[in-house]
Amino acid sequence: MKMKRFFAMAMACVMAAGLVACGGTEANSTSGAASGTTTSLKGGVATGGSTSVEKVIGGLGEAFMEEYSGVDVTYDPTGSGAGITGAADGTLDIGLSSRALKEEELAKGLVSTTFALDGIAVVVNSSNTVSDLSMEQVAKLATGEITNWSEVGGPDAPVVLVGREAGSGTRDGFESIVGVADTCKYEQELTSTGAVMAAVKANPNAFGYISLASVDDSVKVVTIDGIAPSEETVKDGSYKIQRPFVLVTKEGEELSAQAKAFYDFALSEAAAELIKNAGAVPMV
Amino acid sequence: MKLKQRIEQIMNLVFFVCGMVSIAAVALITVYMVWAGLPAILKIGPVDFLLGTVWKSTASEPEFGILPFIMTSVWGMFGALLLGVPVGVFTAVFLSKLAPPKVAAAVRPAVELLAGIPSVVYGLIGMIVLVPAVMDIFGLKSGSCLLSAILVLTIMVLPNIISVSETALRAVPKEYEEASLGLGATWIETVFKVSIPAAKSGIVAGIVLGAGRAVGEAMAVMMVAGNVANMPGLFKSVRFLTTAVASEMSYAADGSLQKQALFSIGLVLFVFIMFINWALHAFLKRGEDR
Repeated sequence: MKMKRFFAMAMACVMAAGLVACGGTEANSTSGAASGTTTSLKGGVATGGSTSVEKVIGGLGEAFMEEYSGVDVTYDPTGSGAGITGAADGTLDIGLSSRALKEEELAKGLVSTTFALDGIAVVVNSSNTVSDLSMEQVAKLATGEITNWSEVGGPDAPVVLVGREAGSGTRDGFESIVGVADTCKYEQELTSTGAVMAAVKANPNAFGYISLASVDDSVKVVTIDGIAPSEETVKDGSYKIQRPFVLVTKEGEELSAQAKAFYDFALSEAAAELIKNAGAVPMV
Repeated sequence: MKLKQRIEQIMNLVFFVCGMVSIAAVALITVYMVWAGLPAILKIGPVDFLLGTVWKSTASEPEFGILPFIMTSVWGMFGALLLGVPVGVFTAVFLSKLAPPKVAAAVRPAVELLAGIPSVVYGLIGMIVLVPAVMDIFGLKSGSCLLSAILVLTIMVLPNIISVSETALRAVPKEYEEASLGLGATWIETVFKVSIPAAKSGIVAGIVLGAGRAVGEAMAVMMVAGNVANMPGLFKSVRFLTTAVASEMSYAADGSLQKQALFSIGLVLFVFIMFINWALHAFLKRGEDR
């Protein structure tokens, strides 16, 4: 009997918490479409685009679907270009891009809303005396134009680039921002941020790139043009190796109720923590 | 009596079904690998795919040449055998012919344990201990290279070579050795001129089994080889057939040529392993015939 009462209490608490959480999203939603009871939302939300955003949207989608059990959020990691095209021709409810939209894409009547920023830190072994690099130097180090650390004010030692495997969002981000796409001279291609950090920690000649959220004391973070990467410097734009994660929708086209709810959720404060967990910097 | 027969029949059926499970699995995998692996090979062109030396799967103008992976796997296998076969065969000789029973009783479980260590542990130790050591000893800028991979694979193929060779050496009839000893040969001469030749097919089977393990290993190698798609060189960062599939699979988009090409690499690897298995059977059969 006691057990039963306890169970009922616990259930009541859970339900109350659920209501509060729902209320939170409601408050953030300004659309009339989501004015009905949140549990009545049903159907799918088709999203897709940049592979780099997959982890962030995955986390958001999971939390969203926990709240709205009738909604199914799918993500198709086909690349930013495909995500933007998908939003334009209506095959996707929301397209995801890890770069700002180009003029001609905006001319097609697309609306872009940045919901997160991605900062990429350049790291070296802690014994390396180099502590600041310019963007140009980073590019030259990556392409193998500079082969010795002494050329950038470091010790007389060879440069070893440790990076991620082809298809990784961090690699794509680093290469496209620094302007060294497909021309990097890798010494190691590893399949996780942890492995890159371990390799940089183990090799005094190494330098690598990792997502800002993964930085810890095992490696030394290099400042770029004098700016250290942090949530603040990424947000105010002073740290250069960063890119926006963008929600792409079509102007004038009404989103379905569930897509609108997900769109609002991605921009809400409730999503900020999830975005942070996935390694990006939230906008709110 | 009737019940007994019934049970007999049912049990027969159970055993038959169990036997079919592995055949069905092999058949299914073979069909699937060919079905999934062929399209990309045809699209890229068999010559460009198998003999191309540049692999840039995500570049704006992608190139899918897997010769670097094939050559790396071949070199890795031969390298591991070059180091592993002498050590392995001599260990087997020691265990079966020379070691005092007490010593053998200590060495044998160690060898068996070596076979049971998960490959990720080999990789981890290789990454933390071996790679920096190779870097220091050879004065390299990075220790993640083919040599490190070969050293790890050598240790990994040892148990296969040792256990199969030892069994073969033990199976050599005592009369052969006694005859040799009776003719005045020393024990070492007898072992090398009589026992090893007599156990030849078994030893070769062990070596081929080791070759299969070396070609098929992915995890340990991925952690020490550097995984850059270079043509192989002892001190160069290299990517094996196995690691080529494993490292890019997680991010390859469904339906993309990259993913299809990864399946094609899998198919090539599959053909490799099939060939090695066929060789193994050929040697075992020759042993039986004699």
